[in-house]
Amino acid sequence: MDVLDFARWQFGIITVYHFLFVPITIGLSAIIAGYETAWVRTRNEQWLRLTKFFGKLFLINFALGVVTGIVQEFQFGMNWSDYSRFVGDVFGAPLAIEGLLAFFLESTFLGLWIFGWDRLSPKLHVACIWTVHLGTLFSSYFILTANSWMQHPVGYRYNPTTGRAEMTDFAAVLFNKVQLVTFPHTILAAYMTGAAFVVGVSFWSMLRKHNADDQNLYRHGLRTGAVVMLIAGIGVAVSGDISGKIMTEVQPMKMAAAEALYNTQQPASFSILTVGTPDGKHEKFSIKVPGLLSFLATGSTHGKVEGINQLRARYQATYGSDPGAKYYSPGDYTPYIPVTYWSFRFMIGLGVLGTGLAALILFVTRREKLPTGRAWRWIAIGLPLMPLLANSFGWLFSEMGRQPWAVFGVMTTAQAVSPGVSTFEARTSLVVLTLVYAVLAVVEVGLLVKYIKGGAEKDPVVPDHTDNDPDRPLAFAY
Amino acid sequence: MELTTVWFILIAVLWIGYFTLEGFDFGVGILLPVLGRTESERRVLINTIGPVWDGNEVWLLVAGGATFAAFPEWYATLFSGFYLPLLLILVALIARGVAFEYRAKRDDERWRAAWDKAIFFGSLLPAVLWGVAFANILRGVPIDAHKEYVGGFFNLLNPYALLGGVMTLLLFTAHGAMFVSLKTDGDIRHRARVLAGGTGLAAAAAAVAFLGWTQVSTGNLGSAFLFVAAAVSLLAGLVAIQRHREGWGFLGTFAAIALGVAGLFVALFPDVMPTSLADGVSLTTTSAAATHYTLGIMTVVAVIFTPLVLAYQAWTYWVFRKRISVHHIPVLAAPGTTR
Ligand code: HDD
Ligand code: HEM
Ligand code: HEM
Repeated sequence: MDVLDFARWQFGIITVYHFLFVPITIGLSAIIAGYETAWVRTRNEQWLRLTKFFGKLFLINFALGVVTGIVQEFQFGMNWSDYSRFVGDVFGAPLAIEGLLAFFLESTFLGLWIFGWDRLSPKLHVACIWTVHLGTLFSSYFILTANSWMQHPVGYRYNPTTGRAEMTDFAAVLFNKVQLVTFPHTILAAYMTGAAFVVGVSFWSMLRKHNADDQNLYRHGLRTGAVVMLIAGIGVAVSGDISGKIMTEVQPMKMAAAEALYNTQQPASFSILTVGTPDGKHEKFSIKVPGLLSFLATGSTHGKVEGINQLRARYQATYGSDPGAKYYSPGDYTPYIPVTYWSFRFMIGLGVLGTGLAALILFVTRREKLPTGRAWRWIAIGLPLMPLLANSFGWLFSEMGRQPWAVFGVMTTAQAVSPGVSTFEARTSLVVLTLVYAVLAVVEVGLLVKYIKGGAEKDPVVPDHTDNDPDRPLAFAY
Repeated sequence: MELTTVWFILIAVLWIGYFTLEGFDFGVGILLPVLGRTESERRVLINTIGPVWDGNEVWLLVAGGATFAAFPEWYATLFSGFYLPLLLILVALIARGVAFEYRAKRDDERWRAAWDKAIFFGSLLPAVLWGVAFANILRGVPIDAHKEYVGGFFNLLNPYALLGGVMTLLLFTAHGAMFVSLKTDGDIRHRARVLAGGTGLAAAAAAVAFLGWTQVSTGNLGSAFLFVAAAVSLLAGLVAIQRHREGWGFLGTFAAIALGVAGLFVALFPDVMPTSLADGVSLTTTSAAATHYTLGIMTVVAVIFTPLVLAYQAWTYWVFRKRISVHHIPVLAAPGTTR
């Protein structure tokens, strides 16, 4: 393995790992803010208990979101220095703005929220968690602006004297049409993920005999979470559908790779499952939905979808015969098909399955009902994992489907890597970070389980910011 | 003024923000095993920075992001060149960040002892390494004609750079002690005050040596002025803490760090990363910069949002202005603990 391999593995591992915590942070912060708002409005203690219970779980998750984010910020310079030189003028701006607008907001107001229960009035306190959520939205918008520019570079020109991409139109970069659909798709997917977490935890807690007194509390959690999840689930499907059409327009190869469609078809069918060689050459068995791929790609069940072979010829005519990456034989602009094919299916499949299960759980817990049977516990545990994994598959698809390009049509991944970094350095970094992350994963899951089992606090202290006793203990302390 | 110069100044401001703020929370982490004799005292120490350490760390992220946007070549050469030190810093920052959040989440002696180590080393390592890194930037490192760093790891460990590391370590430790004396009450406050005096003197000695060396090798009139001002502030802070004026003491180390870092940037200008090779190229504010268009947009954003950030960060410090002492620490709230 050389520096490029190490750098790619590191990027994939580190970023997908970061994105396990990110959607939970985005989704859960909104739901907790909703609970606290309900408490401030109604003074019904149940909402306070839910706020504090999910608040604790949120913080356990948030810690890892923050520390893994720091690595993200550094690794463009460390592993992808030629990329950074080439795109810094366009790509650096949203990254810097993200820090200034979003990270300061998130970290400062979260500090206020965690430690400020007895320092701020309830209205101000709930405003803090809403501000944190707003921060996560800003953060997502700007980082996705950066990513969308890699998917579909706009608002720039190539300057041959400086040998780099230079921004000419910031508005075009900010309102890139890929960005305009990626942002809602990703954010709604995050709401789905946060909500699935709430539903899973609440349902599992309801099923424990231990929590018999608190049935009603967790039922509140479950129902609010499930409603968010259903709405977000529909939104994800609608935005994903639009995303597919835009993708077909700007990166047709990615759509062909999603279906392993080697030759142009009209109309094109979508295979739910294919047994045989996934490279598409020899198919043994396949369940197909006629016209579905045409619909996803063009909006009509009769639309024409171009195949990999035809697109390869077209890309060669446009970009020359050599994309310059050692992974791809000269002139081959095809991403690694097994990954694109399966990740696309798993993204959609897990998302749809999760949404369906949430509806089912909502149904079986209607009124005062509670199902029995061991299987439900496994469903409760599995539910949060579904959108979480769907997110990972979505990114894997989106990023690997773009290969061999780092910036579509402009710079390949092989050209992007740091030329001055040694194999030793790149390998050390990959190994060290992966090991650290593995340890942290074990610690985090352990803590989550412990706190979920611990359940919601019985009689939470109702915060009082008017109490000026100088010797009063802190409302919260590390 | 040229926008490239404006951005050089803004980057300097971001690093000043980072070192003055995260500087004291590094110091608190380093002093954890020294000042925290009992579990409650250790929790007092950690809780003095609890609400603010993450906000302090964001100054680094923005400094990094702003360098990427405003001086892409600088970002690329620096981050790929100082690879292993940066990796160490990353691991350290990961460890201490998680440690703050997770330490009190289990009522278990060994669990807490392990996170205490993470806080200590996670604070100590970056405190030293940032000094080493900045000293190397000032000194000049081997950068070839393709703007690539070609020096390797051990090249970074020269006497000048190591002295820089010792200086930042001592300065941050003293700064942390000042902060603790300002933010706590009871026995720990008195011990922190004494320690602030001692470490402050050592920091002053290291600072005079390092800044003097810098002034002789790369300094100019402006940097000389700032270095002297930094030394004076530090000494004033030491006098103040001697007289139990903790607020002024903290302000003293705060100003010393700010002025010292400002002086280093003035000494560096107009280079951002000078080369030590005869046939290499130095990166300068103009040769490493982004386009005028991008710098213009970023300037507008920075002008609007930096004051806003300063305002709400200042407000946080105001909200949590109360001193903390052992009796303010609540019993552990981890599930399974008796309360
Ligand atoms: C769609 C949203 C999204 C995406 C695609 C990414 N992140 Fe992220 N990031 C967040 C959404 C987010 C967040 C929700 O805003 C986090 C999670 C936890 C947190 O504190 O904020 C965060 C944290 C976070 C932090 C720590 C902030 C702090 O200390 O408070 C950094 C430095 C980054 N991210 C940087 C990146 C980079 C360079 C990415 C690209 C490779 C990236 N993130 C992908
Ligand atoms: C959270 C969001 C993101 C995730 C989960 C993600 C995930 C991935 C994955 C899985 C790969 C493929 C690795 C491979 O092909 O070996 C990849 C490649 C890449 N991504 Fe992303 N990505 C995200 C956002 C971004 C953003 C915002 C950027 C740019 C700022 C970016 C830049 C790149 C680059 C440069 C590569 C090529 C290197 C490589 O192939 O590994 N990604 N990303
Ligand atoms: C219901 C059907 C869905 C469809 C039709 C769909 C469609 C798509 C498409 C076409 C892309 C690629 C965009 C591009 O690379 O240009 C994508 C990416 C992505 N999907 Fe989905 N998706 C669906 C469900 C989900 C679900 C359930 C999740 C997670 C909960 C999810 C998360 C993501 C993420 C995180 C990305 C990467 C970001 C992006 O490029 O937008 N998707 N999706």
